[in-house]
Amino acid sequence: MSIGHTLLGLLESGPRHGYDLKRAFDEKFGHDRPLHYGQVYSTMSRLLKNGLVEVDGIEPGGGPERKRYAITDAGVTDVQTWLATPEKPEPYLQSTLYTKVVLALLTRRDAADILDTQRAEHLRLMRILTDRKRKGDLADQLICDHALFHLEADLRWLELTAARLDKLAEVVVK
Amino acid sequence: MTPPPGSLLTAENLRKAYGPTLALDGAGFSIHPGEVVAVMGPSGSGKSTLLHCLAGIVPPDSGSILYDGADLATMSDARRSALRRSDFGFVFQFGQLVPELTCVENVALPLRLNGTSRKEAERAALAWMQRLEVDDIGRKRPGEVSGGQGQRVAVARALVTEPRVLFADEPTGALDSLNGERVMELLTDAARSTSAAVVLVTHEARVAAYSDREIVVRDGKSRDMERAV
Ligand SMILES: Nc1ncnc2c1ncn2[C@@H]1O[C@H](COP(=O)(O)OP(=O)(O)O)[C@@H](O)[C@H]1O
Ligand SMILES: [Mg+2]
Repeated sequence: MSIGHTLLGLLESGPRHGYDLKRAFDEKFGHDRPLHYGQVYSTMSRLLKNGLVEVDGIEPGGGPERKRYAITDAGVTDVQTWLATPEKPEPYLQSTLYTKVVLALLTRRDAADILDTQRAEHLRLMRILTDRKRKGDLADQLICDHALFHLEADLRWLELTAARLDKLAEVVVK
Repeated sequence: MTPPPGSLLTAENLRKAYGPTLALDGAGFSIHPGEVVAVMGPSGSGKSTLLHCLAGIVPPDSGSILYDGADLATMSDARRSALRRSDFGFVFQFGQLVPELTCVENVALPLRLNGTSRKEAERAALAWMQRLEVDDIGRKRPGEVSGGQGQRVAVARALVTEPRVLFADEPTGALDSLNGERVMELLTDAARSTSAAVVLVTHEARVAAYSDREIVVRDGKSRDMERAV
């Protein structure tokens, strides 16, 4: 999962301090593994260097945690591109996909669209595997089947999530 | 409406309400000869209604459906029924074989209804049953064969008239994965060999993976994923 994109996405709703960003991240996405402060500040300085965020204000007292960050236009475009680009289908995608869906809801983008795009990408790979399976020997068939069942599981999760988007939106955008 | 160049069947802006339920709300569709297009989407999204409209079984409240240059919506009922018999084939999830007839008689039935002699119809029926690997159960009745065998018989029956469009609504929905995949392999191979277009309604990704492309239906609206990406 891309921490940079996730923090950027969280900044879209308004400028935040580093500690505030960490808290929002942990609450929404970090259930099993909260961010370290070090990760937040190294990520923010990279985003700053790349012009995706800017410093919006500094509280007196010094120290990196006093900086308030705001997303730039380039940052918004970067989040948009990330959300619109389907992930390469592979096992254990759910945390990235979940993050994308929640961020889309938070930033009032079309979450169903992300799911549709991802389904298309998964199906593209499933067609290739199905074709290989048809032409291959038993070993090919079994190997392709394993991959196909995993992709199918991802897709079933996507469909279920799509069906629950309204509920998820209520929980997320509170 | 101008259909995309080379398209065999094109629908635009279909609306269909059942009482207060809007089953189709501006759905569109297009397919070329020899193409297999999956219609995906959650249960209740309007997939079957779309298929029924495309096949001229259910008239839409509004919108247009062009088949081979002719508008299904303005065609007479008689002409539409004739077209369904001559140009379209159908496979549904279950319950489509006539229980009193043997399997080979079931497959031969569409040809018999078109006036083909019994002998000729059963010869053609057996040839199709061979392609679908069920020629050995020709003399059995549908109640005496397995679900997978029955579905292959149904596919043979749908293809025996060599339709230009095969409409399949959850054709593997009642089968286990091994049987379902074999039916999909045989169905798509057979359709490709006759250049039939296949409209494949399914909510299962592994079934949709046998298609060339997919459209997604949600709340009666369709989305063509190829054109969208
Ligand atoms: N003959 C009918 N009478 C009343 N409502 C119907 C009829 N056919 C479909 N519907 C309704 O229209 C909607 C779409 O149904 P359908 O096309 O069967 O969806 P799907 O095939 O995607 O499951 C559903 O809400 C369904 O209940
Ligand atoms: Mg249906």
